[in-house]
Amino acid sequence: MIYDHIIIRYGELSLKGKNRHIFVNRLKETIKKKLKPYPDVQVNKTFDRMDVVLNGEPHFQIIEKLQEVFGIQGVSLAVKCSLDLGEIKETALQALKEAGSEVKTFKVTTKRNFKQYPQDSQELNHIIGGFVLKNSEGITVDVHNPDVEIKVEIKPEATFISCLDFPGAGGLPIGAGGKAMLMLSGGIDSPVAGYLTMKRGIRVEMVHFHSPPFTSERARQKVEDLTKVLTRYGGTIRLHVVPFTDVQQAIKKQIPDNYSMTIMRRLMMRITERLAAQNDALAITTGENLGQVASQTLPSMHTINEVTNLPIIRPLITMDKLEIIDLSHKIGTYDISIRPYEDCCTVFLPSAPKTKPNRDKANRFERNMDIEQLIEKAVENTETVYFTEADEEKKDDFKNLL
Amino acid sequence: MIYFDNSATTKPFPEVLQTYVTVSEKYFANPSSIHRLGGEVERLITKARQQIAELIEADPKEIVFTSGGTEANNLAIKGIAILHEARGKHIVTTEVEHASCYESFHQLEKNGFDVTYLPVDRNGRISVDDVERALRSDTILVSVMHVNNELGTIQPVQAIGKHLQQYPKIFFHVDNVQAIGKVPLKYKQSGIDLCSFSSHKFHGPKGVGFLYIREGVSLSPLLTGGTHERGLRAGTENVPGIIGMTKALRMILEKSRSEMNQMKELNSFVREQLTTMESVFINTPKENSAPHIVNFSVPGIKPEVLIHALEDKEIYASTKSACSSKSKAVSRILEATGHDYERASSAIRISFSFENTLNEGKQFIEVLTELISNLKKVMR
Repeated sequence: MIYDHIIIRYGELSLKGKNRHIFVNRLKETIKKKLKPYPDVQVNKTFDRMDVVLNGEPHFQIIEKLQEVFGIQGVSLAVKCSLDLGEIKETALQALKEAGSEVKTFKVTTKRNFKQYPQDSQELNHIIGGFVLKNSEGITVDVHNPDVEIKVEIKPEATFISCLDFPGAGGLPIGAGGKAMLMLSGGIDSPVAGYLTMKRGIRVEMVHFHSPPFTSERARQKVEDLTKVLTRYGGTIRLHVVPFTDVQQAIKKQIPDNYSMTIMRRLMMRITERLAAQNDALAITTGENLGQVASQTLPSMHTINEVTNLPIIRPLITMDKLEIIDLSHKIGTYDISIRPYEDCCTVFLPSAPKTKPNRDKANRFERNMDIEQLIEKAVENTETVYFTEADEEKKDDFKNLL
Repeated sequence: MIYFDNSATTKPFPEVLQTYVTVSEKYFANPSSIHRLGGEVERLITKARQQIAELIEADPKEIVFTSGGTEANNLAIKGIAILHEARGKHIVTTEVEHASCYESFHQLEKNGFDVTYLPVDRNGRISVDDVERALRSDTILVSVMHVNNELGTIQPVQAIGKHLQQYPKIFFHVDNVQAIGKVPLKYKQSGIDLCSFSSHKFHGPKGVGFLYIREGVSLSPLLTGGTHERGLRAGTENVPGIIGMTKALRMILEKSRSEMNQMKELNSFVREQLTTMESVFINTPKENSAPHIVNFSVPGIKPEVLIHALEDKEIYASTKSACSSKSKAVSRILEATGHDYERASSAIRISFSFENTLNEGKQFIEVLTELISNLKKVMR
């Protein structure tokens, strides 16, 4: 393997004008944390991109890791060589040979940042392309639709040659946009909503409502596992587990059956808002989606939304269920989400929840309850756990067995 | 003691036994129980499945735990045949498969299936062209072992798999039981749909194995009952077995990277020495064979006699496959390669592990030389 570098290209970041350095620095930090398991790699920031020097670390694993980092448009496997034209030609040929046996057509694109270089880009394309063509078999040039584009970048200090490009996750670097609380039930939707929120650079903290003994340890385990998966994209993530049994029992006792779910969601919102304030989060993210279930009709959202004036981010709001499922497969949460354990939303599910609740009635019913006390108790007894991608392995109590 | 019968079974790694004991003591609950103890065990199994998937570069969903290689082979072959028979009842395999496949095909033949058994050359190998010629419009399955258990011959499964990719409706099963840890294989890239593994062949506990089933391939379960293994294999999980196997798989693949040279050295030493012995014929091909198996014949000497004589010197080897060595005198595999009766009925198989040393190889050759010359005198 001759490839010794990975070039990281930014997407939208380059549009950020004067704030750009903040985003780039965030990204560099994230990448460094992400590549911690590979102590020999070196990450260098240059003006318009980053270079990862592999120093013998496994490139495909590192590329996979980088593909989970938001803010990266694409990565390329590259090889560094000197400015000597003979060496450039030879290296370009090797790079193409290692790009795979299925390659039938190629073209050379030279970028010459180093303007003092004796030949210009056009000439270099010809010279390098001609050499590669002459010294390989069964491969032809196709300038319009090549299998492989050999990119040659001539910089004052060295030449970088790359053939293999991989798409990045896009979006903005995590943490660049502040923080939101994600209401994580354990279903298919909420983890996807969390992923999409993080994709726009917003860090998330999870809030999960747990109602033992009505919901089992495994329902909680499920949420922990989902959080662990999401650390791939979000780095360290905090999970707040809110004891919700008392609230649910109070609702069961004091609220008419068909409004119980609306009131439950209103209480969840209030508790989440409280946790947001405690943790410096400025928004709440949910997996809500218009029309999917009873709590997600417009009247229902209108009634539930009344209790908070924090912005509510609903990344899935207009998506089709199948699109959501596709995404959950892609980010690796689907198989965990479909584990068949009940969460607090399904345990006390009324037989006929109101699909068109209204604010007046909800407020009237709530007067029967000591809302403030219920919220305070739940917030006070909330348990917070941390998950970090890097020490997922360390924490594992089964490590010695396997 | 010199243990040269690692193709029959291997000695479990001490670390694996440790795991087996700990899991049996501590994680005895039924993973399907809904209480916390059950939940923990379920988590342990999930973790093991993930680890196996990573080790063979598959997805956890693609791993189904079984009671061993025989069950994995049965499940792959009959599971496909039963579910897809409406599409066709023709199967292509080879004359040299392990009994657990071979007998499955016989059983299917009794149920109206048509099975083509491809012939092998002197080295026990089939050709991709023969596979191509055998295919018909009603072929639903091609099943070829990766490494032959008696000869160590490597079949061109990678090339066959690539070739079969032109026929998306034909499933491709590979019996990988003898190969894992010794001969690497890229399952995904080689167009393999089903692949069988057995724990006790790589220093894991007995009574456990697994079948890789590529995502998108559906088959009929053979054991029905609970919804274990996503409904593909009912029965409470053999938890200590599964966890022990997972550890063994990790260890064997590590050793395979670090200690392969030692095994190859031992192999070529033994081969060289056997070549110089007048009355010995090596049956294992020199090229494209597994590094841990050397099969040879000593015509004129009954192999059982030689095995017992070696055993008196604390050296353990096999006549042929342990699974069929009690049946009849001639090796079905060696017969298929076209060797005469004398040679086919006098075969000895020695098979190595990464624990065997060159020194053991030297001792073995010394003892064998002496035994053969003594026995020749008696038999004459």
